[in-house]
Amino acid sequence: MIVHSIIEDEDSLGQTRSYLKDDIIPAFRDIWPLSVAMIPIAMLFGALASGKGFSLLETFLMSFLVFAGSSQFAALELWQQPIPVLAILFSTLLINARHMLMGLSIGPKLVMSKPLRWIAVYFMSDEIWAVAEKRAQNHQVTAAYWFTLIAIFPTTWFSFSVIGALVGPLLGPPERIGADFAFTAVFIALVTGFERSRTTLMTIAASAITAALSYYFLGSPWHIMIGAFCGIIVAYLFADTGEGENVAA
Amino acid sequence: MWQLDSTTLLVIIGMTIVTYGTRLSGLLLAGHLKLSRRGRTALNAIPAAVLVSVIAPTALATGWAETLAAIVTIFAALRLPVLATIGIGVASVVVFRMLLG
Repeated sequence: MIVHSIIEDEDSLGQTRSYLKDDIIPAFRDIWPLSVAMIPIAMLFGALASGKGFSLLETFLMSFLVFAGSSQFAALELWQQPIPVLAILFSTLLINARHMLMGLSIGPKLVMSKPLRWIAVYFMSDEIWAVAEKRAQNHQVTAAYWFTLIAIFPTTWFSFSVIGALVGPLLGPPERIGADFAFTAVFIALVTGFERSRTTLMTIAASAITAALSYYFLGSPWHIMIGAFCGIIVAYLFADTGEGENVAA
Repeated sequence: MWQLDSTTLLVIIGMTIVTYGTRLSGLLLAGHLKLSRRGRTALNAIPAAVLVSVIAPTALATGWAETLAAIVTIFAALRLPVLATIGIGVASVVVFRMLLG
């Protein structure tokens, strides 16, 4: 590892370093396993979208332009005729509000010009962000590094969304092979990947119970707003105020 | 195959703007936002609160097969990588639906 030399040359980027060896290859090494893991999920998105009546072009445009998996799945979950436009946009805002926090954290660590940063965050999915945060612990997150991640990961997402839309209908109804549950499983996997503190557990319990109750009594999409709000309030009220309160899994 | 419904396009463009807004606002706020410890904890809780709320109807208010499969998935997720977790979750819902349905 040549960590020290990279951290030292703050202002002479590219002069003493090889983009290929120091940025592009490490970026490729960091992102390819996540890209492979994303293939079946992207295909499921395409298949579910085509089940909801999306054309290939519409599926492609959503994956290419929005590029935010969880909110895309949530949009499909809410999709019906007439299309609840505001509910979908509100759930997109709620689900993607976390990107604000991620941007807060990664912003100062991006070693690139201002216009490039504006473009860079367009593609800041959870996975890209997580990989870059890890990289930032002992390297600079350069434009070459970040844009290599972007060349691979989002491309995988929208190409396999389209492939899923093409082959999905051939596989029959998603329920038969349990594919409708994959979305729930993805979210469970994402949530268990978060920091496991007492506050997180209380947030999860509060949101799960209030969201299920409001879905039962009020219907969709109220459960998202009410459940999220109750979870956030509980986190605020029961915030960890000391150190060492993290519980082991 | 290539048709483009105007309402669908509107939703896609709206989602794009909202999503980019959340991604850009963090970048722009970086260094300007002072939060109390409680405030930060509440903001940190947003992802879990939202994701759990989205799946709560399936996990808790659809049927026993889905609820049991969700429990199996949680245990799988605590030990296994994402792909294996999804595989086990999907397989378990199929099994529970066969046994209970």
